[in-house]
This record gives sequence, structure tokens and C-alpha cells, in this order.
Amino acid sequence: MPDAVSLHFFRPVFPGWHVLAGFLLKRLIQAVFVMVVVTLVVSFAIRLTGDPALMLTQGAGSITEQDLERIREALGVNRPFLVQYGGFLTGLLRFDFGNSFLGGTPVSRLIADALPATLLLALVSMAVSIALSIPLGIRAATARGGVADQAIRILSLVGLSVPNFWLATMLVLLFAITLGWLPPSGMESPSNFVLPAVTMGVILTATNVRLVRSAMLETLQSQYVMVARAKGLSEGKVLYKHALRNCAIPLITYFGLQFGGLLGGIVVVERVFNWPGLGTLAFDAVAARDYPVLQGVITVLSLLIVGVNLLVDIAYGLVDPRIRTS
Amino acid sequence: MQPSTRNAAPTPAPPATQPLLSVEGLSVEFGGQRVIDDLSFRVHPGRTLAIVGESGSGKSVTSLSVMRLADMAGARFPTGRILFQGSQGPRDLLTATQKEMRAIRGKEIAMIFQEPMTSLNPVFTIGDQIGETLTLHEGMGKAAAAEEARRLLDMVRLPDAAQILKRYPHQLSGGMRQRVMIAMALACRPRLLIADEPTTALDVTIQAQILTIMRDLQAELGMAMMFITHDMGVVAEMADDVVVMWKGRKVEEGRAADLFATPRQPYTRALLAAVPRLGSMAGQDHPRRLPLTVLDGDHVTTVGEARVQDTADYGAAPLLSVRDLSVRFKSRTNWLGCATHQVHAVTQVSFDIHPGETLALVGESGSGKSTIGRTIQQLQEATSGRISFHGRPLSEMGAADRNRLRRDVQYIFQDPFASLDPRKTVGFSIAEPIRTHGLLDGEREIRKRVDGLLERVGLTPAHAARYPHEFSGGQRQRVCIARALASDPKLIIADEALSALDVSIQAQVINLFMDLQAERGLAYLFISHDMAVVEKMSHRVAVLFLGQIMEMGSRRQIFESPAHDYTRRLLSAVPVADPSRRSRRALLDGEIPSPIRAVGDDPAVLPLEEVRPGHFVRRSA
Repeated sequence: MPDAVSLHFFRPVFPGWHVLAGFLLKRLIQAVFVMVVVTLVVSFAIRLTGDPALMLTQGAGSITEQDLERIREALGVNRPFLVQYGGFLTGLLRFDFGNSFLGGTPVSRLIADALPATLLLALVSMAVSIALSIPLGIRAATARGGVADQAIRILSLVGLSVPNFWLATMLVLLFAITLGWLPPSGMESPSNFVLPAVTMGVILTATNVRLVRSAMLETLQSQYVMVARAKGLSEGKVLYKHALRNCAIPLITYFGLQFGGLLGGIVVVERVFNWPGLGTLAFDAVAARDYPVLQGVITVLSLLIVGVNLLVDIAYGLVDPRIRTS
Repeated sequence: MQPSTRNAAPTPAPPATQPLLSVEGLSVEFGGQRVIDDLSFRVHPGRTLAIVGESGSGKSVTSLSVMRLADMAGARFPTGRILFQGSQGPRDLLTATQKEMRAIRGKEIAMIFQEPMTSLNPVFTIGDQIGETLTLHEGMGKAAAAEEARRLLDMVRLPDAAQILKRYPHQLSGGMRQRVMIAMALACRPRLLIADEPTTALDVTIQAQILTIMRDLQAELGMAMMFITHDMGVVAEMADDVVVMWKGRKVEEGRAADLFATPRQPYTRALLAAVPRLGSMAGQDHPRRLPLTVLDGDHVTTVGEARVQDTADYGAAPLLSVRDLSVRFKSRTNWLGCATHQVHAVTQVSFDIHPGETLALVGESGSGKSTIGRTIQQLQEATSGRISFHGRPLSEMGAADRNRLRRDVQYIFQDPFASLDPRKTVGFSIAEPIRTHGLLDGEREIRKRVDGLLERVGLTPAHAARYPHEFSGGQRQRVCIARALASDPKLIIADEALSALDVSIQAQVINLFMDLQAERGLAYLFISHDMAVVEKMSHRVAVLFLGQIMEMGSRRQIFESPAHDYTRRLLSAVPVADPSRRSRRALLDGEIPSPIRAVGDDPAVLPLEEVRPGHFVRRSA
């Protein structure tokens, strides 16, 4: 997020609690629409990638066209696309995503196993990033133009330029292989969280620190910050109590949007650290053209993103009384 | 108005006691640039010192330097001392650390700022914000702080204090917020209260309330006040002693009564001469263009002619005619987007403007005066009513005629900083109406016209190539006037066009407006909250309150025999720049009511009565 981007873009328009029910209803309709569009596009696009029957029979000896046709029929992929999609949608109403093409496990079971791992990693990464970017961003804003500000900005630029898979690989090489301090992969103990969470956290912090800095700079211009100082409050109270709370709205909005991007980015990082999450599941599903698994994962991810955005809207009211009481 | 009880005896001379605050030879620099130079003054216990000056005089930097808050903006103090008689004995505040200052700020020296709308933190309740000071400096617990905060709100005469403690700033009006600020500043009974333009952003009736409260509380608590302002009326109303500042230096100081009666320094004389005084036009039928008193080296001279501004042509048909104009906005909506509440910005307003006439629309916030101007300029759709220009209703005009009307009616906004495109030269901005309306062909013709306009408003052709940021506020407003003149309009709507300007600049621009009117027979719709400027400028006046005209008549009728209660209240609230007329006025109570009403609950419109020829007064309920 470059400094020049106006933070007003992130200021929400919220109708107030007295119409909360209407607001939620609108959001629900929006969510249904989003789900239909996303799943339609994904289901269509994945069927362009190739024939699952060929994938399943790869390496097997003598496969006739009749064999393939029988497999296709068993998987249900020989039916017209809209029929398949309709079947997927009706299944969705019963929380039934179908069965995996590989091994026939119900997709809902696979997702239930993988989802907690991904959510946990995403939340820990967000927490790492927020814990780093808020103090650093405030430091940069208060030292505007000074050494600390320059250093933080340069580091943030470096962080923005580094691809996450490269950083992940380097961290594994250094801390897991050379130094042997941390496990390189898997999810057995809390120490497994350190490397993937730091990778994601550092990349996120590079953007967030700039956002916190510019939000803080805007807030520090406010008259009420001067008034807080004129009361005799310490700088810590002025910055972390009076100013930070007022920055919260643009920050919450951005962190909310970022969560969606984070779930996308996590696919690669999960792969590098062999993390048993949705990313790995989706990655394998793409490779195997396992339509039901991929459709299921993407549906759940979009639901999560819609849900997080709803939470963000509700959080505005909690931090800003102007929205809550208008 | 009754003479002040305080004024029965002349203000006593400064007591021989030790001054509470003594600033000696103070200079302040920002990034090597000196903004305050060799400034000395004293504030005595129980007295009010006003520091007055125009923009750039350094008066606000002075107050922030005493608080040592200027440090946060990068101020350096190469010379001087700021001696303060605190509870711990005398102390030079310039040598105090920020930690030591924090024990003084809010406790022994408190401060009130200009913008009540932004001075309170929007995310904390009023109770929390007042309580914070008490917890910090007095070590009170939460319950004790809340109780004390309630007492403080009672002290600044806020009704229903217990409820207000739980409210957030956005739920209060500007006047209420400024009272909260005062309560917060007085929480620890400071020895010195610094008030930096505390009423500048408030409506005049609310200003009168706040000034009265501050004066009463000062007498009650016996504290000293340092009052920073640009408004000589407020100085005359509040100050015992005055320091006049100009370009970072002290020009003159003295007791308020002496300084207003016999200003010694030329700058002070020029400044006082430029201040519009309510009542200065008494007994005259027409506005008058008055010569300017200007500073010429180290003496004052008057320049320009005096002329009776008898330009209004009442024999001619009205140039603009507004009938039963109403404008409403959706305010609150239900979840289907249908309006449940409306802002009744303008309700059944009718008036005429004749060629060469200045009609003033005066009123406080929410009176609808700007909405009327914007509707005439077609920046806003009317809900009902008719606007006719040269007898032709706007509603019957086609697109071409409406466009032509945009040429004949020009608008000048309040903020000359925001109404010029910062990325275009002023020459481009002035030429824009000429190009848009295709008034001239050829670059040379346009250039010549722009040069002529710049000269007419008192700038030079060389200014055309410059950008807005290179000009001062007054110069920018001149550029805006030149732009408004470019399409050779018949009517100029000046929406608070003088409000952001210093008084000396304001006096020049008033004369410019009058000269253009005399030359070109221009009509003005002059929208303003400043009664004294309106008295100087206008032929006729309409007083607006909550979107309705309360009273309309000639300038003389309105100012010399106001017939509506609201007009009288408005006039009595204006502080007059003359300490000998300091008023012990009855406290104006109450808030300005909100123009927002539920759909279907339309405001009552009582009839206007003609009490004298041309003098209309709204009947009161």
C-alpha cells in the first residue's frame, strides 16, 4: 500500500444498528450471488484443464476408450456441464460437496481435516504481522523523515520485493537445515508454526507497516491529538490510546481485505512447508483434476472471505461510535 | 444594549503583584526560520490578556510555545525565558523537560483550541475524556472522576450533565462541544487558561454564550486568561490587557480601553480602522464606500475616495426573482432507501434582486443561506418554487439558455484555497469561463482579457503564469473575483467570500466589490454570517432562520429598527470592537434547532407582514 493511496477509500458507509437486520439480509443476498458466480467460474474453468479419467489411468497398461468412458460415467463427468453444476449446487444445500475422484473420500471430510490447519496458520500470520506493523508503523510516523522512518521504509520495500516462496526456502535452509533450530515441515508441534508464520507475517508486515504509518500520520494531524498532549498525557497514551483507536477503521478494513489475499498466498507457503491445509489440498486437487475437491475448497474459501468482510463491517461499529450510534 | 457593570469603573491598572506568566525576549524558529522575534509580555493573576493579530502574526505559535507543544512541530527557542509562577514556585518553562511540562499541562496551564468539532476525540465518551485529566493529575478513581466531571459540566451550564457524560462528541453541537472543552480545561482549576480562537468557528449567538461562560468562570475561579484571537470585537468584549502582534513581533501593548481609544502605533491604528463595527452606518440610507486606512512605512494614510453607493436601480424590473423556493434533502432512510427524515434546508423563500443592488442573506448555520445561493446557480435542484432571471422562469429554459444563465450568474466561494485548481495557473483558471462559453476567439484576445481582469482586481498581468499556492489568501480571493468577472456576469453570488480573510484584506475586497458594482451595475447576492460586514455592504437584508426568511427590509430598517425577535437576538450577540460598549447582555440560551424533521412533519410557515414599506417581518407564533 503506497502512502499516496487515500485512506478515505477505506472509510465505510454503514447504515447504523437500527437497520442491522436489513443490512445483514442484503449481505446474505450478496453472499449467495458471490458464491454462485465463483463456483460457476471455477467449475467451468477446471473442466477446461483436461480429462480426469486420463489422469486416473495414467501409467496403467491397456486402457480402451470404453474403459475411459466407463470411468467418466462413474465419475459423472460425461453429463452436460450445467447438469453437473446443478448437481453440485443442490449438493451444496446439504453441505455435500461430493466425493473425491481419488479414493472416494467425501470432500467435506477432507475439508474438515484441512481447514483448521489453514485457519490457524492464517490467524497466527496475521497476528505476527499486526504485532510487528503497528509499533513499527507508529514509530515511522512519529519519526517522520528521520532515521527510523527511512530504515523502516527501506526494509518494507525489501519485504515487498521478496517472493514468499523464496523467503520460505531461505528460512528453511538457514533455520531448519543449517542451524537445525526448527523443524522444516509438518504440523506436529507449536515450533512448526514459527517458520511458515514468520514467512507470511514478514511479507504482510511489509505492506501493513506503510498503511499504519500513513493512517497514523493523518491522525497525528488531528486537533484531538494536540488536545490530548495539552492535557499532559504521556506520548505513549497519546499515540496508543488516542491516536491508534482512530486509525482502527482504515486498518481493520485493510486487514480484512488482506485476509482474503492471505488465504490465496498461503497455498504456496503450505506447499513449501508441507502444511496439511487447504492450500495443499487444493494444489493436489488441481494436479489430479479432482473436480469435487477443488470446487469444495474454493467454495469454502470464498465463504470465508465473505464472512470475514461481514465481520469487518460489524467491527466498524464496535470501534467507531459515530457508526454505532448514528 | 445596556452598559456593562464591569465598565462602570475604568479597568484597574495592572496590579503590582508578581505576574503569573512573564515572557521575556522570546524568539521561536521553525527549521531556521524565525517566526517569533523578541516577544515580551506578562499575564497577571485574575486578568485577561488578549493577543491579537492577523494570520501569520505568530499569535498561535506563542500560545503553543508557552505550553511547549510547539516542540512537537519542530520549534526551537534560540532566546528568551517563559517564567511561570507555578505551585512549585517560579519556573522557566523553556528549560523544563517534556516530562516536567506534562505535570504542568492540563494541571496548572490548560488550553482550549479553535475547532470544537475536532478537539474532542471521536471514539471516547465525554465522561472518559474529562475523567482522563482528573485521573491523571488529581489521582481520582473512576467513580470520583465521573462525579467531578458531572459537576464540571453543570458549571459550564450544560443541561442534563449526567446524560452528556455517556455521549460521544458527534452527538453534541459545536457550542456544546466547546463547553465540554472548557469543562475539561478547567478540571484541575488551572492558574492560567490559554484560549486559542475559542469561538471563531461558532455561530454568533453561540459565541456570545461561550464568552459569557468564560468570563463568569474566570471571575469565579480567579484564574488568568491568555486569549488568542483575530477578532477585535471579541478582544473588546473580553480583554483587560492587549498585546498586538504583527509578523512575529509585538507592535503595541496596553490596557484594552486605552488601546482602543488611543492606539499609539500606526499598525494598530490601521488594524482598528479596518474592523467593521456594527452600528457604524447608523442614519445612512445607502452603503458607503469608505477610504482605506493603510500603513505606509511608519505612518498611516487614507487612500481611495468616499462615495455613497447609490447603485441599486429599483425602477428597473428585477434581475432575479425567487418565489416560494423550497429545498429539502433526504436525511435518514430506512433499509429500502426511502426517506424517513428530511433536512428542510429552505422553506418558501421569496425575494427579488434588482440591477446594481446588493441583497444580503444573513443567518447562522443551518439557516439555508448557502443552499439558496447554490440553487440559484443550478448547483442544487429546487424541491419546489420558481426562480426567474430577467422575468424568465428557470424551469422553462432549455439547456442552451440554462448554460447562458451560468454565464450571467457567477459564484465566489468562501475558501479561496479550495476553489482554485492547484495544478493550473491562475491565468488558466481565469480564462476558463471565457473558453467554456466561447466568449472570445484567439489566444491573444483571451490573454489581453485575462491581463485586464487581473489589473482590475489589483494584481498584475505577470501573475497570470503563477500557481495558486504562490498567492496569499487575499490575493487568491482576488483571483476568484477576476474569474467570476471573466464572463461579464450580471449577478455575483458571494458565499461567505470575505469570511476567511483578515480584516485589512477584507476592507480592501469590500471596496473592490463596491467599485465593480458602481462600474458595471453588478448585482450581488451576499451570503454572510457577519452582521458588521453586511451592514457595510448591502442595500437590502434578508434574515434567515431554519430555512425561512424571518425579516427582510432595507439595511437601515433591519439594523436600526429590527422588528423580529430573532434579528434582535442576532444583532445583540455581535461583539462590538469598542470596550466602552461592552455589554452585560442577557444570556442567550439554547441551541440552534435542527432543520431535520420526519417526513410528513412539515414546519409551520407563518405569514410575512409588511410593517413599513418594504420591511417584512414573519409573524411570530
